[in-house]
Amino acid sequence: MPARTSWIPYALIAPSVIFLGALFLVPLVQTIWLSFSAGDGFSLGNYQRMASDLNFSLAVRNTFLLTLVVVPLQVVLALAMATMVTKLDKGRDLVLWVLTIPLGISDLAAGLAWLALLQNTGYLNSALYALGLIQGPVGWLSQETPWALFFAIVLAELWRATAIVLVILIAGLQLIPKEFSEAAEIFGAKPWTRFTRITLPLLKPSLQSALILRTVLAFEVFAVVYALGGRNFPVLAGEAYVWQNDNQNYGVAAAYAVLIMAISLAATAVYLRALRTRPEQLP
Amino acid sequence: MADIVIDRVVKEFGTFRALQEVSLTVNDGEFVALLGPSGCGKTTLLRIIAGLETQTSGHVVIGGQDVSTLAPRKRGLAMVFQNYAVFPHMTVFENVAFGLRMQKAQQAEVKRKVERAAALLHIESYLDRYPAKLSGGQRQRVAVARALAVEPAVLLMDEPLSNLDALLRLEMRTELKAVLREAGTTTIYVTHDQTEAMGLADRIAVMYGGKIDQIGSPLEIYATPATRFVGGFIGSPPMNFIKVQCSHGTARIGDAALPCPTTGMDMELGLRGEDASLAPNGSGIPFDIRVVEPMGSHLLLTGSIDGQPARIVAPPIAKVSPGERVGLTVDPARVTWIDSTTGRAVVRA
Ligand SMILES: Nc1ncnc2c1ncn2[C@@H]1O[C@H](COP(=O)(O)OP(=O)(O)OP(=O)(O)O)[C@@H](O)[C@H]1O
Ligand SMILES: [Mg+2]
Repeated sequence: MPARTSWIPYALIAPSVIFLGALFLVPLVQTIWLSFSAGDGFSLGNYQRMASDLNFSLAVRNTFLLTLVVVPLQVVLALAMATMVTKLDKGRDLVLWVLTIPLGISDLAAGLAWLALLQNTGYLNSALYALGLIQGPVGWLSQETPWALFFAIVLAELWRATAIVLVILIAGLQLIPKEFSEAAEIFGAKPWTRFTRITLPLLKPSLQSALILRTVLAFEVFAVVYALGGRNFPVLAGEAYVWQNDNQNYGVAAAYAVLIMAISLAATAVYLRALRTRPEQLP
Repeated sequence: MADIVIDRVVKEFGTFRALQEVSLTVNDGEFVALLGPSGCGKTTLLRIIAGLETQTSGHVVIGGQDVSTLAPRKRGLAMVFQNYAVFPHMTVFENVAFGLRMQKAQQAEVKRKVERAAALLHIESYLDRYPAKLSGGQRQRVAVARALAVEPAVLLMDEPLSNLDALLRLEMRTELKAVLREAGTTTIYVTHDQTEAMGLADRIAVMYGGKIDQIGSPLEIYATPATRFVGGFIGSPPMNFIKVQCSHGTARIGDAALPCPTTGMDMELGLRGEDASLAPNGSGIPFDIRVVEPMGSHLLLTGSIDGQPARIVAPPIAKVSPGERVGLTVDPARVTWIDSTTGRAVVRA
């Protein structure tokens, strides 16, 4: 390579580097710096304040609980749906299109839609009342019924965000030549064996992408929770919002933001290790 | 008993008819080669026998049992796929062991059978590698070993040696034939290599355009082709077809006359290049030589008979040169007469 052309690649990626730097790296560094500074100089004051807050352990517990319930359910649901969709001969695009409609709805709007269903004067209560199953409005989303509230949030999240996993898994399934499954079938593998011994291992790269994406987003869950439960169900991102806007304490809000980022990075690292595919095992 | 009866199987993809009423019987322990040009429906027929594709109509019977609607894994057969379908996420050992694992065989038995199949295909030294690290020919042998390891009653192979070099192919061919004969495996072997089909098969089924044109022993197919296509497809050089006029039981070509079976119809004389010999005095069928190719064991002469292109095989020491006109003598018993309009051979009376 002639030396005088060696700057060209750098020049070509410069715009995206500058863009990323200005809009991502700078705010990131600022946030981290903000979270570690109280008054003057380096301090862990914001983190101490965050951790000693009444809602903190609740927010951590709720966020993890929600992630641990929602993400596995979404993967199982998406796997089942993807398997069915890829087996369709006709109308596949239409079914896929309908299944992905929730993706086009913002998470706040989705939360509000489920609120309209589940609130005291919502459609669910009206229907149950009309059927004579309840005597009057039941509060599903109140502090007194935490499990009903949790269940409602899980339901709304499943409805809203399973499709992204579905889309990734369908793309992955379509990359697997059908001969592998056929060969397994010839040699005596039953459908479940084919799924676990052939399809799942070959789908690992897509599963990894889907899991990373969904888990990171699940740790950032906010709008749906806020719409359905307000602060009755504290989560990490919600607490960051409260400290930023209601308490006007940017330092503690930044500490929450950094904590969420750290958890996401850790989860990503776990997936990258646990689901890594050795290059020689790729089709 | 694992004989295969294919009864009037039709396969349509949309409006396209890939198979038109194919019927074929393969006896228990027999080795049948499916031979035909690309796109004639060989893979489609094999996939229907395996149950991977559903026939539009017709039946498949294996070992006396109608398996037409049975799932592939219940048909008791093994298959080598045209594109191998070797599992990329398993080592060669696990690939070859797959069928045995599905049968829940004991570890010791798995090891023994895998090693036996691997030795046969010369892949013992790759057993702990992954397929991505193998060459195309090595991967193809893994696919064959995987099918042999289960010691199937019925074995379907779709061009299983197509990716090997000539020497290895010859060796594998011989070993495959010996092993399958010894085990009494009923085999259908797809190929478009005629020497492979000739060397391996008890019988050859020649397919063309979704039909089986002829089925018979290699010798029958070679000596008495049932259609113009079979004659042209089998043999190297291919059979020559010379349009002639047949009247009063005699066809005239130049000064020569040959007895022909029917009268008053457009006929083609099907003549194998090696069934003609150079007449010593230039009498017989006139042949204008254009090119002489010395092939070592013989001379390949390209030229024309009565203005129609033809290829003739001559002894290596024959004194001929391009531009020369020679005479050919032909044994009337060894020629094939083709009805020009149907393309089918006219049965000799
Ligand atoms: N799934 C399919 N849908 C539509 N047409 C198909 C399908 N599979 C095969 N065909 C058509 O059927 C015909 C026969 O195909 P097939 O694969 O059986 O050929 P083949 O004899 O195995 O050829 P080759 O020697 O190249 O492997 C081809 O014209 C092909 O285009
Ligand atoms: Mg084929």
